Parts: sequence; structure tokens; C-alpha cells
Amino acid sequence: MWKSAKHLTLLAGAAILVSNSLLMTPQVAVAADEAKPQDGKAVTEDRKKGNCVSCHDYAGAEMPGNIGPKLENMKTRYPDKADLRARIWDETKFNPNTIMPPFGKHKILSEEEIDKVVDFIHSL
Amino acid sequence: MKKWVIYTIAMAIVLGLPLVSQADPESDRKAFQDYFKNRFPNTAFDEFINGVYAIDAPSREQWEALEEFPPYEIAISQGEEFFKKKFANGKTLGDCFPGGGKGVADQYPYFDTKRGEVITLEIAINECLKANGEQTLKPNKGTIANVEAYMAFTTRGKKINEKIPNDPRAVDAYEKGKQFFYARRGQLNMSCAHCHVDNAGNKIRADILSPALGHVSHFPVYRTAWDEVGTLHRRFSGCNEQVRAKAFESQSPEYRNLEFFLTYMSNGLTWNGPGVRK
Ligand code: HEC
Ligand code: HEC
Repeated sequence: MWKSAKHLTLLAGAAILVSNSLLMTPQVAVAADEAKPQDGKAVTEDRKKGNCVSCHDYAGAEMPGNIGPKLENMKTRYPDKADLRARIWDETKFNPNTIMPPFGKHKILSEEEIDKVVDFIHSL
Repeated sequence: MKKWVIYTIAMAIVLGLPLVSQADPESDRKAFQDYFKNRFPNTAFDEFINGVYAIDAPSREQWEALEEFPPYEIAISQGEEFFKKKFANGKTLGDCFPGGGKGVADQYPYFDTKRGEVITLEIAINECLKANGEQTLKPNKGTIANVEAYMAFTTRGKKINEKIPNDPRAVDAYEKGKQFFYARRGQLNMSCAHCHVDNAGNKIRADILSPALGHVSHFPVYRTAWDEVGTLHRRFSGCNEQVRAKAFESQSPEYRNLEFFLTYMSNGLTWNGPGVRK
């Protein structure tokens, strides 16, 4: 709540700036915000999406679970992003008994969302 | 021994076949219990009836505070009232059970060899009502959960002692329950065992996962999340839905077989229902 309120204030500020300089109505800025899709980090936190934080700790994770390993040093461990993507798409290929959901195979996330998650996780 | 058993043994000896049957519930049970004993070496065996509170000290303290004024007490007394209320024909629910129905919840679930299926306490209660021309009770919560709370309460302290009769259909029911427990399910592709065996004691977000050993001992349960008492099958549905699987009907053959399997896995523990959980 606190975070999103701050976010809104910033947006409102931006909207005022925009409307002042370009003489546009603030509605334009609001519409742009509605259309803004979730970024990779948001997808990892969303209960209805990745919900990665329910099992993994990583920098910036709030109240993480501890079922999976901590996600860190990802660039060193996955020089090729495609390898990281493959695990998120279907971890059962690497460990048939894993509890980790096959996010791509079972269409829990869209291909686009997976790309964003991969970008975010790779940066950790 | 039944004739066909002797015949099978004789044939096995003649043909030199191994005498182990495909399903061996007793070694399953031993392996299951040993797994949890090893995973939680500081937890006394009989403590597993207390779910997550047997393995996590901080949550146990909150729970003990709750147990000082148990939120399931009203359910017990309302259940008792219904249990003793006279039917239109003058009989009571208690008349359907041996000894007036006190301390008999440990007799359920059982595999009925005449009917060829698992009979739960909930089914027995509703069949009693029906046989006496009364309305049956709706599943999951409310009066059925109250009656079960009362019956569980009068059964506290007895040992869990599930039996699998010597009947291939009973073994089949057990096997089906076991398969259900270990099968992946839902869009999230998880089995009961993933959470309550492999990851018992681990945290899924802020929730600590309870061991499956002892899962059946304390039902029905008052959950703060429900703000009321609910049945075991209601819990099963909730856990199915968490992984985005379609839940089965309460008292479906699937859930009855699952209950049968889970009860057998907890043999030797003590019945302590009703319970209270987050
Ligand atoms: C229900 C638990 C669970 C969820 C949800 C989950 N994971 Fe995992 N994850 C695991 C476990 C357990 C492992 C350990 C390896 C295994 O089991 O195969 C793992 C392994 C991984 C690995 C490879 C291990 C490593 O450190 O290199 C990556 C990468 C990963 N997870 C990323 C994610 C991302 C991204 C999400 C969300 C989109 C996610 N996980 C959601 C449980 C989970
Ligand atoms: C995604 C993880 C997950 C899966 C899969 C899952 N559960 Fe649960 N279950 C939980 C959580 C979290 C709780 C609440 C904390 C606790 O007591 O374990 C819970 C609680 C329970 C409880 C109540 C425990 C108590 O002490 O009162 C039972 C019984 C149960 N689950 C049975 C099952 C069964 C049977 C299945 C499979 C059909 C299943 N669960 C699948 C996460 C899961």
C-alpha cells in the first residue's frame, strides 16, 4: 500500500509536469500507467503469476520461503540465458521429482512473461 | 486361511514365484514413519499429532495460547446437542453406534468388506440419519463438523489403528489412496507428498509445511482462516485448489481412499480431535 501510494504520487507529479509543458490532460499519463505491463520482478512476486518468492530467496524478496535454493550469482552460473530460461520453462526436465512448477510447459506464465522473469533473475 | 490363498501360495511355491504381493502397506507405513522420525529427530513420535506445532517452537507458543480457550468448544457442545436430540421416531444418532456412540470415532474410516468400499464417520452419520427418516447433513462445515467434533472429543486418547482386511478390494482402495497422495496434480503440478513429505518443515512463503504423519489425528479442525470448524475433506479440497487442481467432492471415493491411506500411515499415534490450526 505504502509503496504503491508513493508510486502514484510520483506518477501524479510526472503527469503534472507533462501536462504543464505539453498542455495535455493528465488522463494521458493515467492511461499510459494502466497499459504498463508487469515487469519481471513483479511477475516473480505476484501470487497468481510466478510466485517464485514463495519458494526462493533473492535480493529484494519479501518474506521468502526456503523450499528452493537462493537465486544469486546467476550470470556466473548461467552464462547462457537460454539455459536459465529452460529451467524456468520446465524444471522437471532437469529433476523429474522437482516441486517447482513448469511455468512454460503448463502455461502458468506467457512466453513474454517468462522472458521478463529470465531477464530479472539473470540480473541477480 | 481362505482356500484361494492356500492355492495361490501352493502355486507360487510350485512355480518358484516370490511371495511378496505388489502392495505392502506395512512396509510402506514403516518407511513413511521412519522418514519423519529421521527428518525431525527432536520430535517425539506421539507429537506428530500436533502438525506444524510439533516441529516449530514459535508457532507452538501461539497455538498453546489458543488452546487455553479452545475455539472449537462451541462446536463440541452443539454437536453433542444434535447427537442426543430425539429423531421423529424417538431414537437418536447415538443409537446407530455401539455403546451409544461414545468413543467410537476411532472405528473410522474402515474398509467394509460387504460393500467393498471405505466407510468414513461422515458417511455413517448420514446413513444413520437417512435410515431414521431424518434429513442428511451437508458436507464440509456446520452441523456435520459439529457432530464429528463431539464424536472425536469422546474418542480422544485412543490409538490410531487402521486395518486393511484381507480382501483384494481393500488393498486396491489403499493403493488408490497412496497413488492419489503421490500423484502430481493441477496446473502447478504438485503432489501432496511434495509439500507434506519432501518439504515438511520448510517454508512456503511464511507458512511452515506440516508433516503428513499425523495429518488425520485431530479432525475436524477449527481454523482461524475459516473462522469455524471444518472437516478433513474440506482441507483436502483446499490443498487441491491451491495447486489449481479441481477439487473432488467431499466423501468421493477418491477422498475416502486418501483418508484410508493417510490413516494407515499414522497408525500408532493418538486420536486428538478436534484440533485448532491457523
Ligand atoms: C514450489 C516451489 C518453487 C517455486 C514456486 C519456484 N521454484 Fe525454482 N526451484 C525450486 C526448487 C526446489 C529448486 C531446486 C532444484 C530442483 O528441485 O529441481 C528450484 C530451482 C530453480 C532454479 C535452478 C536452480 C539454481 O539455483 O540454479 C531456478 C533458476 C529457479 N528455480 C527459478 C525459479 C523462478 C524464476 C521461479 C518463479 C517464476 C521459481 N523458481 C519458482 C522450487 C520452486
Ligand atoms: C503447495 C503446497 C501444498 C500441497 C501440494 C498440499 N498442501 Fe496440504 N497444506 C499446505 C499448507 C501451506 C498447509 C497449512 C500449513 C500446514 O499445516 O501444513 C497445509 C495443510 C494441510 C493439512 C492440515 C494439517 C493440520 O495439521 O491440520 C492437511 C491434512 C493437508 N494439508 C493435506 C494435504 C493433502 C492430502 C494434499 C494433496 C491432496 C495436500 N495437502 C497438498 C500446502 C500444501
